[in-house]
Amino acid sequence: MIDFLNNYGAQMMRLIWEHLYISIVALGLGVIVAVPIGILLTRTDKLATFFIGLASILQTVPSLALLALMIPFLGIGQFPAIMALFIYSLLPILRNTYTGMKGVNPDLVDAARGMGMTESQLVRKVELPQAAPVIMAGIRLSGTYVIAWAALASYIGAGGLGDFIFNGLNLYIPELIIGGTIPVTILALLVDFVLGRVEKKVTPRNQVTE
Amino acid sequence: MIEFKNVSKVYGDGTKAVDDVTFTINEGEFVVLIGTSGSGKTTTMRMINRMIDSTSGEILIDGKDIKQEDAVQLRRKIGYVIQQTGLMPHMTVYENIVMVPKLLKWDKEKMQETAERLLKRVDMGPEFLDRYPQELSGGQQQRIGVIRALAANQDIILMDEPFGALDPITRDALQELVKHLQEEMGRTVVFVTHDMDEALKLADKIAIMSEGKIIQYDTPDNILAEPANEFVESFLGEDRLQQRSTMQTVDQVMVKTPISVTQDITLGEAIRVMRDRRVDTLFVTDMNNVLQGLVDFEAINKNRQKASTVQDIVSHVYYVKSGTLLSSVADKMLKRGYKNIPVVSEEGKLEGLVTRASLVDIVYDTIWGDDEEVESIPLETTQFSESE
Ligand SMILES: Nc1ncnc2c1ncn2[C@@H]1O[C@H](COP(=O)(O)OP(=O)(O)OP(=O)(O)O)[C@@H](O)[C@H]1O
Ligand SMILES: [Mg+2]
Repeated sequence: MIDFLNNYGAQMMRLIWEHLYISIVALGLGVIVAVPIGILLTRTDKLATFFIGLASILQTVPSLALLALMIPFLGIGQFPAIMALFIYSLLPILRNTYTGMKGVNPDLVDAARGMGMTESQLVRKVELPQAAPVIMAGIRLSGTYVIAWAALASYIGAGGLGDFIFNGLNLYIPELIIGGTIPVTILALLVDFVLGRVEKKVTPRNQVTE
Repeated sequence: MIEFKNVSKVYGDGTKAVDDVTFTINEGEFVVLIGTSGSGKTTTMRMINRMIDSTSGEILIDGKDIKQEDAVQLRRKIGYVIQQTGLMPHMTVYENIVMVPKLLKWDKEKMQETAERLLKRVDMGPEFLDRYPQELSGGQQQRIGVIRALAANQDIILMDEPFGALDPITRDALQELVKHLQEEMGRTVVFVTHDMDEALKLADKIAIMSEGKIIQYDTPDNILAEPANEFVESFLGEDRLQQRSTMQTVDQVMVKTPISVTQDITLGEAIRVMRDRRVDTLFVTDMNNVLQGLVDFEAINKNRQKASTVQDIVSHVYYVKSGTLLSSVADKMLKRGYKNIPVVSEEGKLEGLVTRASLVDIVYDTIWGDDEEVESIPLETTQFSESE
């Protein structure tokens, strides 16, 4: 253990950082893209079925295959890895944004519109606050997935804790495998915990079950 | 003024919800739309704030076609109350009340002042401002729903079965409140219900709807007196038509010469009138006999030093218009403990006074009818108890 840290500690810190970096950027992009699209989809039911179907199909492409597919288009390194993870993060966020917005009590929407809110005020002041917990749950789910899948990113040269795991597998060094796996697990739990706190925080009081 | 001109609404699926409706709602009127389920009441009401756009015909507000106006701007000028209250659960009572003022970008102090003032009007203290809607009772929630619709000084208020989900006692209290606020603030109200008692109690005019058409549009009295057809009759029900025969208006029982003074006389003169006529209150009118309020002995006594004419100490008085049903006045006198209520004409001129004594006469008549029965009932009872 001490030996391991002495030999690999510095490298591990760097890999954890890379791992987090790839994951956070991918998730961030996912949120920036999927939440607005999810909101827009609530305004057009026909497109909604199509888009959510498309995202579901993308989700079924095996993760290693998706990463490999990035290479001919985007080459290797961090960027294609981030793109692949970003695509994975879309579906849970998109789906939860859509269902969360659709699930808002229609009487509230009617009252708000009837009092003279514009569509964008309606979204910002009524629908988003009401749907926030569901949307956050989607982001949280995506977050833990992305951390886990980011371990595969090393396969196309993006670095991250996957480097330890793949090296360990190739060179038969169990310490490396474990030294890669445990931090990934801890990171996933940590992200889950932090986003869980955020989820609680954005839950309106009426939805808090006492 | 809201004018419907040949307005129809056909929904996408072909349902003709409103069928060539033409009617006018005057400023300050309380109009109730009533009818069976699916008769088009809600559709008619929601076309006024363009929550639903009409398929054909025109709706004018103060002479302007509402289709020419931006729907969002239009809605901010029209209060909107729905049955489920529609209070935002993630906003405090304060934030809920000032929703429209906030959209209109009022400054903070004005919003705070408005919220507190309106809350007071519905007998709720400022401590409620920071609560959330789900921490209020159903009746309190709907009170907030009602004042939210008044907060931006909307001239027109739309209400769709606002009290349908409340228990009878709470509903009664809220009906009183809404009617009172409406009369006092002079707002135009369009109110949807399917409860005839509610309609009779609140309405200046009732529109009876069936299958998308307005069957009859008139004052409650006229509808009761002359139902347009069998549908209206059956809708009113036997009981109410029977009642009609014993219904009297305030004009029939009021004292024709209430003791009044003009507002420019001195306190000394007022006291003299009181002494001569042996009364402790005087109604105050302007030069044209339009009712301004009242002065009582106590107020004169208290302000002898400060005030010179009665104008300075006149206090507000609750009055009714001539033609009001006596039953509704009786209700108020008993509930609020008024000794008497002045009756004014359409123009506000003082015409008479309903006193408690005149009510006693009515109650006497309705309970005992004519004198013969009065005698026979106690006699029989006495004999009965003796034979035991
Ligand atoms: N969005 C809609 N699409 C299609 N038909 C509708 C729609 N809204 C209402 N209708 C139909 O239009 C007719 C009138 O409906 P409306 O809601 O105005 O009735 P209402 O008098 O308010 O009835 P209730 O007392 O049940 O509220 C009904 O037949 C109803 O089914
Ligand atoms: Mg309705």
